[in-house]
Amino acid sequence: MQLVLEKRAERSGAIALVSPLIAIGLTIVTMVILFAILGKNPLLALHAYFIAPLTDGYSLQEIAVKATPLVMIAIGLSLCYLANAWNIGAEGQFLIGAVAGSWIAVKTQGTDAGAWVLPAMLVLAAAAGALYALMPAICKVKFGASEILTSLMLVYVADLFLDYLVRGPWRDPQGFNFPTTAEFDPVATVPLLIEGGRLHLGSIIALLVVAAAAILLGRTIKGFEIRVVGAAPRAARFGGFNANQLTILTFAVSGALAGLAGIIEVAGPVGHLQPGISPGYGFTAIIVAFLGRLNPLGILIAGLFLALTFIGGEQAQIAMKIPLDVTKVFQGILLFYVLACDSLILYRFKLSFPNRQVARGTH
Amino acid sequence: MRKSILALATGLLLAGSVSAASAADKLKVGFIYLGPIGDLGWTYQHDLARQALVKELGDQIETTYLENVPEGPDAERSIEQLVRAGNKLIFTTSFGYMDPTLKVAKKYPNVHFEHATGYKRAPNMSTYSAKWFQGRYIQGLIAAKMSKSGVLGYIGSFPIPEVVSGINATMLAAQTIKPDIKVKIIWANTWFDPGKEADAAKALIDQGADVIMQHTDSPAAMQIASERGKLAFGQDSEMIKFGPKTQLTSILDTWGPYYIERVKAELAGTWKSQDSWGGLDSHMFAMAPYTNMPDDVKKMAEDAQAAIIAGKLHPFKCPIVGQDGKPVECKGGDHLDDSQILGMNFYVKGIDDKLPGK
Repeated sequence: MQLVLEKRAERSGAIALVSPLIAIGLTIVTMVILFAILGKNPLLALHAYFIAPLTDGYSLQEIAVKATPLVMIAIGLSLCYLANAWNIGAEGQFLIGAVAGSWIAVKTQGTDAGAWVLPAMLVLAAAAGALYALMPAICKVKFGASEILTSLMLVYVADLFLDYLVRGPWRDPQGFNFPTTAEFDPVATVPLLIEGGRLHLGSIIALLVVAAAAILLGRTIKGFEIRVVGAAPRAARFGGFNANQLTILTFAVSGALAGLAGIIEVAGPVGHLQPGISPGYGFTAIIVAFLGRLNPLGILIAGLFLALTFIGGEQAQIAMKIPLDVTKVFQGILLFYVLACDSLILYRFKLSFPNRQVARGTH
Repeated sequence: MRKSILALATGLLLAGSVSAASAADKLKVGFIYLGPIGDLGWTYQHDLARQALVKELGDQIETTYLENVPEGPDAERSIEQLVRAGNKLIFTTSFGYMDPTLKVAKKYPNVHFEHATGYKRAPNMSTYSAKWFQGRYIQGLIAAKMSKSGVLGYIGSFPIPEVVSGINATMLAAQTIKPDIKVKIIWANTWFDPGKEADAAKALIDQGADVIMQHTDSPAAMQIASERGKLAFGQDSEMIKFGPKTQLTSILDTWGPYYIERVKAELAGTWKSQDSWGGLDSHMFAMAPYTNMPDDVKKMAEDAQAAIIAGKLHPFKCPIVGQDGKPVECKGGDHLDDSQILGMNFYVKGIDDKLPGK
């Protein structure tokens, strides 16, 4: 008797709905076993991870702050991926956006520049992110270069460019040679929403982005075009949709959103430009995009959920002395189960009884 | 069935909060670590100090740490999480936590903060660091004695005053032994990256260096020097096991006595914001045993160490000539004063390298 995976005739809608829940359930079971092996009380640990951060306003704010860049980038990436354009370089577009926006902040520092500074920073950051993303898009359309490779390699270029600026021309003169710009002026800072908290305007912008993407995909011809080009390229060609144009467009939009996320992070929670402004947001957002099934609302939930595991992991470290590595294992296990369960949408388990003679022959 | 699970869960939660309540009488002390603790290096040394603290005052305090906290947007949240978990004294153990620590300190005036190696302070935020340049001076003496090629290799991390003053102290010491000694410097632009550090060590040895010094964290350079039959100094931790025939000595970060002193002050209610900058005399750091050198070199190193502790030898004793050939202003009487060392942004004469960003 053998257990085999068999391709379904069509994708199962019911499984598509419950598969994330199965994945989370399996993750929790695995973690309970892991916590027990570590000698920690599994119920308390799960409480620290999932419940405690949801029970006070401070942690909720922090979850929103952490999820903001992830959701914003992931929305852009989902448009690319739906259109079959593989932008892996959101991290670089994030950094370039941060750099471009910071340029205005650095140049107006100490002057009496008015309220135009922050809006100008946001616009410039989005434009720079879009232009940076256009490089791999145009190389793909014109020369057939793999956008996966080129967009990824541009991440390192952006990283080193930022590094050069904060060690050289933009370095804080009062900063003892440390690689950072001076703190941005108040007019160059993203306003906070709650006095004494860290929740900032960026979270509202992220929500608007989610809503805009939902309308684009659900209610417009362009959104339909994106989905058709991705799902059925040949049909799209017959329908007169131009896949190349769409690659350029989705790359530009996702670059703009990543760039916007970059400047919001720098002008918001960080307050100055420095290396290490992104703990890998551009890459984590890829996970968020797929965890959210390339659906705007799904991405919002996935972003918040991933943020919850970060905050909860920290609280578990404090409250129960659970090592940080366990949080990473936890995130890894979750993604593993999500992908594994997703295969059940297109495949199903089947018991097969191989022919006896064949079985004998193998002995 | 469901009810009993719920009851079990609440029971467990209650049990948890009861044990938390009994711990509430103890002073909670928090730590933010840059790296994972691992088994050597910067964060490891801070954790050794935390363990010493627990050993000494474990019946009165409870410690908590968050490891691997990047010096970016997450740092402020991590520090605040420790505050919200009830920690009343918090050590943030890397330079990059300076601004986040200050932000949280302003928000919670009743919590005390100790920030390592920074320069911004507040009524509830102290800073602490060590005069590592004293150790670098001793290493410079040893290096000049042990080098046959007359070329030292130096792996820099970032061109900040702490690192620059280390290079200068090394060279000033080495020049007292061999006036025409050379130093080759490679800026790794990282505190910890074994691959880069190993490449830097190889490049330095290829350029003729036969003694390798480092201001980075990993034992990679020690291993390369060992493979190539050269000599090297460790950094932060004891690294002799990576080069039993290679390590001359190592600067060991020993924060334990300071942590114990500050926690005692907190317990006694006498904690005040201050700037501590201790040297070999106040045990902020120590030198690993002097190994792989002849007895006379060892004696010279020990004598220099004793003289520094006794205050008879100052590594930045005037006159000091800058790289440009002009004498450096001597603000501290017969040696450079603390502010000149803490903000050191120049090379001394004889260093054949351009300070990055100059």
